[in-house]
Amino acid sequence: MSKNLRTTNNKFIDQTSRISFKFDGKKLYGFKGDTLASALLANNIHLVGRSFKYHRPRGIMTCGSEEPNAILQVGNDPSMTEPNTRATEIEIYEGLEASSQNCWPSVNFDLGAVNNFFSPLIPAAFYYKTFMWPANFWKLYEYFIRKSAGLGKSPTEPDKDIYDQRYLHCDVLIVGGGISGIMAAKTAAKNNLNTVLIDDKNTLGGTTIFQENECYKINNLYSNKWLKKEIETLKSFKNLTIKTRTSLAAYHNYNYLLARENLTDHLDLNEKKDKIRQRLWKIRSKKVIIATGAMERPLIFNNNDRPGIILSSSIKKYIDYYGVKCGQKVSLFTNNDSAYETAISLNNSGVTVNSIVDIRDKTNSLIVKEVDKLGIKIHWKSSVVNTNGYKKINSIEIMKLSDDGAAVVGKKIKVECDCLGISGGWTPRVHLFTQSGGKLKFRIEDNVFLPDKSKLDQISIGSCNGDFELDEVIKNSVYLTNKFLEINNNDYENLEIISSKEINKKNIWLLPSDKPLGKTKPFLDFQNDSTANDIKLALREGFKSIEHVKRYTTTGMATDQGKLSNMHALGIIAETAGVKMGELGTTTFRPPYTPLTFGAIVGRNVGKFFDITRKTPMHDWHVENKAKFENVGQWKRAWYYPKDNENMYEAVQRESKAARDSSGILDASTLGKIDIQGSDASEFLNRVYTNAWSKLEIGKCRYGLMLNEDGMVYDDGVTTRLSENHYLMTTTTGGAANVLSKLEDYLQTEWPELDVYLTSVTDHYGTVSICGPNSKKILSKVIPDLVLSDEEFPHMSFKNALIDNIKCRVMRISFTGELSYEINIQSSYVKSVWEKCIDAGKEFDITPYGTETMHLLRAEKGFIITGQDTDGTMTPVDLQMDWIISKKKYDFIGKRSLYRSDTIREDRKQLVGLLTEDPKEILEEGAQIVAETNKKPIEMIGHVTSSYFSPNLNKSIALAVVKNGKKLKGQKMFVPMKDKTINVTITDTVFLDKENKRLNA
Amino acid sequence: MFLINCPYCGERDQSEFSSGGEAHIVRPKQPTELSDDQWAEYLFMRKNIKGVQFERWNHTHGCRKWFNVVRDTSNDIIHAVYKMGEKPPVK
Ligand SMILES: [Zn+2]
Repeated sequence: MSKNLRTTNNKFIDQTSRISFKFDGKKLYGFKGDTLASALLANNIHLVGRSFKYHRPRGIMTCGSEEPNAILQVGNDPSMTEPNTRATEIEIYEGLEASSQNCWPSVNFDLGAVNNFFSPLIPAAFYYKTFMWPANFWKLYEYFIRKSAGLGKSPTEPDKDIYDQRYLHCDVLIVGGGISGIMAAKTAAKNNLNTVLIDDKNTLGGTTIFQENECYKINNLYSNKWLKKEIETLKSFKNLTIKTRTSLAAYHNYNYLLARENLTDHLDLNEKKDKIRQRLWKIRSKKVIIATGAMERPLIFNNNDRPGIILSSSIKKYIDYYGVKCGQKVSLFTNNDSAYETAISLNNSGVTVNSIVDIRDKTNSLIVKEVDKLGIKIHWKSSVVNTNGYKKINSIEIMKLSDDGAAVVGKKIKVECDCLGISGGWTPRVHLFTQSGGKLKFRIEDNVFLPDKSKLDQISIGSCNGDFELDEVIKNSVYLTNKFLEINNNDYENLEIISSKEINKKNIWLLPSDKPLGKTKPFLDFQNDSTANDIKLALREGFKSIEHVKRYTTTGMATDQGKLSNMHALGIIAETAGVKMGELGTTTFRPPYTPLTFGAIVGRNVGKFFDITRKTPMHDWHVENKAKFENVGQWKRAWYYPKDNENMYEAVQRESKAARDSSGILDASTLGKIDIQGSDASEFLNRVYTNAWSKLEIGKCRYGLMLNEDGMVYDDGVTTRLSENHYLMTTTTGGAANVLSKLEDYLQTEWPELDVYLTSVTDHYGTVSICGPNSKKILSKVIPDLVLSDEEFPHMSFKNALIDNIKCRVMRISFTGELSYEINIQSSYVKSVWEKCIDAGKEFDITPYGTETMHLLRAEKGFIITGQDTDGTMTPVDLQMDWIISKKKYDFIGKRSLYRSDTIREDRKQLVGLLTEDPKEILEEGAQIVAETNKKPIEMIGHVTSSYFSPNLNKSIALAVVKNGKKLKGQKMFVPMKDKTINVTITDTVFLDKENKRLNA
Repeated sequence: MFLINCPYCGERDQSEFSSGGEAHIVRPKQPTELSDDQWAEYLFMRKNIKGVQFERWNHTHGCRKWFNVVRDTSNDIIHAVYKMGEKPPVK
């Protein structure tokens, strides 16, 4: 550490607590409280990166979130490394490792810097214009651009850190802990409001907390001393929550705000372990006070980007707050009074200020007089026309400005310096205000956009509201806060304030040079490397809208969203195009204000908490029996149960055969179940299903098809009439929630007169389905009392029964075409019933089967699966299920649509069966179907929706939707694949047991 | 993320609700007597205006009740909330 760059009289840095860290592999030291930027500057390191396009050396330029250059890669652990972090915002900790990003092979020797010598060849939109054509070359360019631009490296392993999210509700939220925010917080808290104050820094007090200057006093104390006392008093309020290191990321409608609190980023590596790294606060506040302050503007002149050129207010913070000298011989270049504060601070710390270049005519404010007394040379009505020094500034060249400010005149003076502070005035931080939907107004005197109208319960106070002088800040903040919070007396109404008043204002967006514009490099957007010349070129090329110019030149498009560059871009556009700035409008500031980590955005919803997993009551049995699982919505369903070394195909073939030859058992618990009760339940079913329900006898089951109002099949399932006014409806697994909400919608809004109540009972009952010729024998062992004769208990009927004294419902229904029973019982008993059935079925070699076998078995019978064989464009007629449409019913959901001109078209796609010429050939689901092969382009007339090899038929079978398919039965078609064309024949959809004999086997 | 004052539960976060489109479109009592055009008018045509709009909302992750909301789509300000079957407030 270069000792002579640290002052010793500093109050914010703990100089007894030394911290070691690494930058670009080199071990360096700083102190507790340093940011990475202040620690680097204390080590005399300014050069931290290379510019994006020209690879010019770039140094630390600011001390806050607007930093465009010091954008570093932090950490080298493959799971924790973080790109694009601003050195000005990272507090150093023991073990910190950071490196430059935008340079290759190193920051001091950069190959891309040749771009700088060719820079006249790289105008605005160079990348667009050059690399867009020919398109094939992009691959080549991209390699070089990515390598040399190097926008940081992403982590390659999952993030090990813990992130958290919490809600926070309050009466008043104050964003920003500068002097106005602190006064507002105390006022609100004192008036018994539940108050929250947040600030993104680790200490409160903004810039006032280090303002120890004769020109700024409150009640006869230096403004920093006075504010420190005020901050002390905040601790006594129990109704005031203060969150430091908390950055407001987004301000949404209804005063809903997101703030990110950094909890461990500043801790030593070994202290971070097992702690929550960041917490995202979701804040709902009745009222919001924005006190986010202002940002200093740079000045736009030739070669204004060299390392060592730093915002004047940042130099002041580095010396006053961090005790770090940004240089030994400092020059300042300004258009306003604030640089004079910096001059005094530097002088107080023993740093030589060898010149101040001020574009204004001589002015006599309090603070200028103070500086004058110190004997610092002030060049009035002058401009810096050039800077020298490649990796660090070593001199500036000064010339007098012409009266109109458009040119420089006279002789050039060269001044040696190792640091240049620049100040182009101040920009209120109105980002949050505009994010919240507020409209801005333009103030011509000092060229600032200020908060105007907002629809939310909020105000802006302090410098983000355009008050830049201490006395104005205090006076106006107090007045606005009182009015906003409806408070009559305020502690701060009668403060005695001394404040220097700026008398003279002058602004030149693009400062003139003695060289022609084309020969200069006045940088505007430092991060994206665009100059004032690029803006002018864009305007010459005909771009007018600020949004277009922005995209064309990429000005303001970098990760800082143009925090430093936007105002100058607007100014230069307005000037060049001869428009008033206020009429030009601004670009949109979008959230987040500063980048958020993905970790903070997702919080705890990672890994197994990413989504809900629903498991059936016998899930553990499936796991124990080596089932493979399939995700169906949030459900885990047993897919197949491989034996020995079976693959899926082999397992499914075995399961399918066993289910038809002897018996199979399926976990059908995931099917949606809706309990329907009420005196109008039958009428309700009549209206929601296509078939008739009034005549369904108690104890009988019926299959129903549900349409959308547009006539398209929506869901299907079997519904059982349990008693006169009581039904149990089943839905598809995936459709359960949607069906319920659709039915509720009709009940509540269209048919409120119906006496019907719907309750989801999907999770309350589990379902064991046994099928196959031996299923009757197995069931009779499980429930000996139940009479299972076809007369007593026919297909499509239901019985109440008892298993070990536990009530259950047994339905004789079939989705496989086999004799089949489903036992519905309360979830907690399902697993034992399942195991009972397995035990009882042992002698019949009962075979558990999963969803894949279920799909195969139903396809053999031509039963559809909604969502697989239908896609929201199939009517029941398209599915060849005309039999299910009641002709007698006056109305049901979707009925009218079934004879719209489009739905009665004969050439609609219709469901058909497909058989391959080679019975061993299995079609791919989704494969296209064509009628001829030699015509080009070939018309695709349909596609395969379901396809399996049927072990029971010993051939491949498929379902497909084909244009006009009903009429094409028996016709030969083709399924062209990548390497061959498969010959197929259109058939009936039922492949097995057309007479339904197996149901009563 | 605005707040909706469910007439049954009180004020809740928008994420608990789902929107059901334009309100006060009554399903025809005798659909079979409508022409294709008349039926299409009911089936497909919905307003989506910038400004004050009458909408249906469902408290999906709450009481599951449907109700009506008068919302300004340009700024999400909700002017009124009322139950199904109640008269809409005058525009
Ligand atoms: Zn509710």
